[in-house]
Amino acid sequence: GLGLGAMAGGAQAQEALQPNSWDEVTSYNNFYEFGTGKDDPADNAHLLTTSPWSVTIDGLVDRPGAYDFKDILSEMTIEERIYRFRCVEAWSMVVPWNGFELADLLAMAGVQDSAKYVAFETLYRPDEMPGTAYRVLDWPYREGLRLDEAMNPLTLMATGIFGKDLPNQNGAPLRLVVPWKYGFKSIKSIVRITLSDQQPPTSWNMSNSREYGFYSNVNPQVSHPRWSQSSERRIGGGLFSKRQPTLMFNGYEGEVASMYDGMDLAEFI
Amino acid sequence: MRDRLNQLLRRLPTWVVYGLGLLPAPWLFYQGLTGGLGVEPIKALEHEYGELALQLLVLGLAITPLRKYLRVNLLKFRRAVGLLCFSYVSCHLLVWLLLDVQLPEQIVADIIKRPYITIGMAGFLLLLPLALTSNNWSIRRLGPSWRKLHRASYVIGVLGAVHFVMLVKGLQLEPLIYLALIVGLLLLRLPVRRIRPTSSPRRQRA
Repeated sequence: GLGLGAMAGGAQAQEALQPNSWDEVTSYNNFYEFGTGKDDPADNAHLLTTSPWSVTIDGLVDRPGAYDFKDILSEMTIEERIYRFRCVEAWSMVVPWNGFELADLLAMAGVQDSAKYVAFETLYRPDEMPGTAYRVLDWPYREGLRLDEAMNPLTLMATGIFGKDLPNQNGAPLRLVVPWKYGFKSIKSIVRITLSDQQPPTSWNMSNSREYGFYSNVNPQVSHPRWSQSSERRIGGGLFSKRQPTLMFNGYEGEVASMYDGMDLAEFI
Repeated sequence: MRDRLNQLLRRLPTWVVYGLGLLPAPWLFYQGLTGGLGVEPIKALEHEYGELALQLLVLGLAITPLRKYLRVNLLKFRRAVGLLCFSYVSCHLLVWLLLDVQLPEQIVADIIKRPYITIGMAGFLLLLPLALTSNNWSIRRLGPSWRKLHRASYVIGVLGAVHFVMLVKGLQLEPLIYLALIVGLLLLRLPVRRIRPTSSPRRQRA
């Protein structure tokens, strides 16, 4: 992959990012498997067993199989990436992630030429996930990327934050981070990665396709039926926090815009 | 038991209900200022005020059924409950306007374009005349039309609950419980028509 300096909207933008605090990043989460309240994941995610953990990589790959999380870690180089994180609910944070590029993991399994999409699945273990007792979504949680999006050097598999292991409420032990897309694309606690030649079904899109598209790129010009996306509120500013303008592709236009050349982004939401 | 409860309620002055009912408003604001509502206090405060308003709506709509079916008399407090509900809806709206959305052009766009906000605003506008006429002078002045006007609270109850159901992501349980409660309480108001075999021929004769 590229060096840290070439990441995240150029070195200048990267330097300007002030990370949120540990408390902010770990107490305000959307992880509906543990409840729909923002503090439910922090309250309930301790129930989750994250060791042992294995990730099944299958579909159009040369070396399909169940990969033990420890074995994956031993093959990967962990680096820090400080990214903006923009939720579709119009709030945002800056998170110092630790992880490796998804491209490296996919290379380990050997992506076949016919593969065009990558599908991801979150663990579904009802006895450890009180939020799944009620079908807010069609469990297990599913997400997907086009292969070029998955191979983009910005696309990260995070295993930690602030130099520590990923807390359960943030998607331990292994989660996706796609910083130019709305947060729900960055699927947590991944147990399956499937390469295919078809666009995979994704959870929020299945639940309400008018509101949540497959691409879900951060785009201040395309208004969501529920929230204006032109501005956002950085978490941590208190009761009188001011809104700030939302950036195209969440500020990563230079790195990712070319992947969408010729696509009408108002149509492919 | 019931008689004692009603006796107790008769002795409880309404100002106590107003006082206790208003306390959470400044308390929650203080909590929001000092970190007691978590790292995103704006949304939290907006939600707390909105939920209190919904609970007061449920309570207000429960007063008649409680009297009719359980003969517990809260009638004396109905105005207080209604005005408290209006106060919390106003707090909820103010937090949304001044702290949450902030931008005037976005406020207008939100009211027009986002159905759950349109519905919430409609509920607030319907609540305004009820709050303004919640006094003895208006009751005397309006006569029988006062009762008709205040039946708008049935519509407001449904609008409030639907607003909550629609604003959450996915179909969540809590807002649906409020909707069920409110619809249930409204159904209890329907006149019970007893079917007696002897009554039908009489009606035919009439």
